[in-house]
Amino acid sequence: MHLLRLALASLANRRFTALLTVFAIAISVCLLLAVERVRTEARASFASTISGTDLIVGARSGSVNLLLYSVFRIGNATNNIRWESFEAIAQDKRVKWAIPISLGDSHKGYRVMGTSEAYFEHYRYGRAQPLKLAEGKPFADLFDVVLGAEVAEALKYKLGDHIVLAHGVSTVSLVQHDDKPFTVVGILERTGTPVDRTLHISLAGMEALHVDWQNGVPARGTGKVSADQARAMDLQPKAITAFLLGLNSKIATFALQRQINEYRSEPLLAVLPGVALQELWSLMGTAEKALFVVSLFVVLTGLIGMLTAILTSLNERRREMAILRSVGARPWHIGSLLVLEAFALAVAGAVLGLGLLYLGIAVSQGYVQANYGLYLPLALPSNYEWTLLGGILAAALLMGSVPAWRAYRQSLADGLSIRL
Amino acid sequence: MSRPGQPGRPYMSQTLIDITDLGFAWPGQAELLDIPAFTLNSGETLFLKGPSGSGKTTLLGLLGGVQAPGRGHVRLLGQDLGALSSGARDRFRVDHTGYIFQQFNLLPFLSVRENVELPCRFSRLRAQRASQRHGSVSAAAVTLLGHLGLGEALLERRADALSIGQQQRVAAARALIGQPELLIADEPTSALDADARESFLRLLFGECRDAGTSLLFVSHDQSLAPLFDRSLSLLDLNRAARLLEA
Repeated sequence: MHLLRLALASLANRRFTALLTVFAIAISVCLLLAVERVRTEARASFASTISGTDLIVGARSGSVNLLLYSVFRIGNATNNIRWESFEAIAQDKRVKWAIPISLGDSHKGYRVMGTSEAYFEHYRYGRAQPLKLAEGKPFADLFDVVLGAEVAEALKYKLGDHIVLAHGVSTVSLVQHDDKPFTVVGILERTGTPVDRTLHISLAGMEALHVDWQNGVPARGTGKVSADQARAMDLQPKAITAFLLGLNSKIATFALQRQINEYRSEPLLAVLPGVALQELWSLMGTAEKALFVVSLFVVLTGLIGMLTAILTSLNERRREMAILRSVGARPWHIGSLLVLEAFALAVAGAVLGLGLLYLGIAVSQGYVQANYGLYLPLALPSNYEWTLLGGILAAALLMGSVPAWRAYRQSLADGLSIRL
Repeated sequence: MSRPGQPGRPYMSQTLIDITDLGFAWPGQAELLDIPAFTLNSGETLFLKGPSGSGKTTLLGLLGGVQAPGRGHVRLLGQDLGALSSGARDRFRVDHTGYIFQQFNLLPFLSVRENVELPCRFSRLRAQRASQRHGSVSAAAVTLLGHLGLGEALLERRADALSIGQQQRVAAARALIGQPELLIADEPTSALDADARESFLRLLFGECRDAGTSLLFVSHDQSLAPLFDRSLSLLDLNRAARLLEA
């Protein structure tokens, strides 16, 4: 105990270097823990993007690609699937519910998704949470649109607003569907998933937008179909982009998957969301691991800084050591003092680092949630985080043993009297 | 037990330091110390003239048990230091010996009181003795500092806030706390002016007498020698030094 008091007093005497060292360790600890926390939360939030869906079905491509465009609204489908295929599979007796998805349009950079009422009823995310409307109701009319929370917030839309959708998905849309404006009838509660960034319309509405299009360009002059004229037309879609299936029994999943993959009238692909998510995450995992490794190295740099600071101080502290020897400190006391010093610096750094982390989370929590859909909890360190902190302290002890050994040798050689 | 060859001190009978046939050389170097015989009695104050190159530092290192003798024996309180392990020598040193050096004796970042209490943190024996005599280690520090003319106002000051003379008195208090049998002072007055030197010595003698501590005072300032019970030159004592001189 007295040794600790001595070590702390000696450190306090060199408080400027000591504080800098503590600060360097604190920053590195904070970075490591922040990366770790974001990593953990990103993975959790990623895995909970979609829930309760047993199969995702689309045109035959890759499972990651299918997952990306059907769930994450990233990239595009290679091909559409025929409405008849959807109907045939949706009517299979093993299927409990089916949600059709039709993509391809956008609004100010946000994707527009055509779907059915089944979407509001059966879609689940997170821990099997259903979609809830913060305001309004699901779409009922042909030109109704239900907005994701982020869309409404970012573009400051409210119920009753009229908006014009754009053809294609580039941010700078070339062609506007300005002849057929939509009315905002509902705004969904925030989910922290890509749903927040989606505008939902009915499949018929999607069809109406494109009813007068030919060969990818809008009709001109007499070929044009007005919004009112469209209402009178048959708006049964001929094709959709993908669909989600919920089954009566999980046991049937693999059999149905195989059956869909071998579907004869057109090439289809059915994937299990969990498996595809895993596959996608393993792709991103490399970047995530690299980030982790980098932050580990930052911690190492912080500790090496500490080692340097202590080693540099050794020579100017020979007298201190000799005095301690003359009042009875044995060489192992001197060694312990330096280990204690390293440990004290590391503990202070870890505590300050934790403080910085919590401060950072407290400050940025709202912003990160709003912008990245990541909820960073202001929770006590997890077991894993404690392990990391313990590892850092252990590394500091190990590093402290280097100057400790040198001081031990030095104090043996110097004896009691050193005159500088 | 009166020893021959040390007249005038019949009442100081117990031998504290007893060196016989001591030889020491650093590895690969010529012999630095060759002392056939040297004794210091309990309660005695001895002036040891030790010019540089006389092997002074090495002798003090051997007496403190920092080094072990190459041949012969160094006995402190009848204990042969060479027979002890280096750890045991360290313990033995702090239990029975106090040190004052030329200057910079104190840890600047501790308070005056903490500096004085240091030996009691490392030696249980000295902590016990200090407590027995003064009630507590802290009280012992305050009393000793008081005797050496350092008032309570200075107790919690940082040691480096004191003048050199005050620092040397703090160092003396630290060397004497817990009544070690031996006090080794290595040029403790060389940083002080002449007036401060004498008053410091008087205080030191007084405290040594009170505590029954023997004083081995090493200096090259011959003018101080008459104040001591006995005076010796290390050059006479150390045959190796005489060889070097020749």
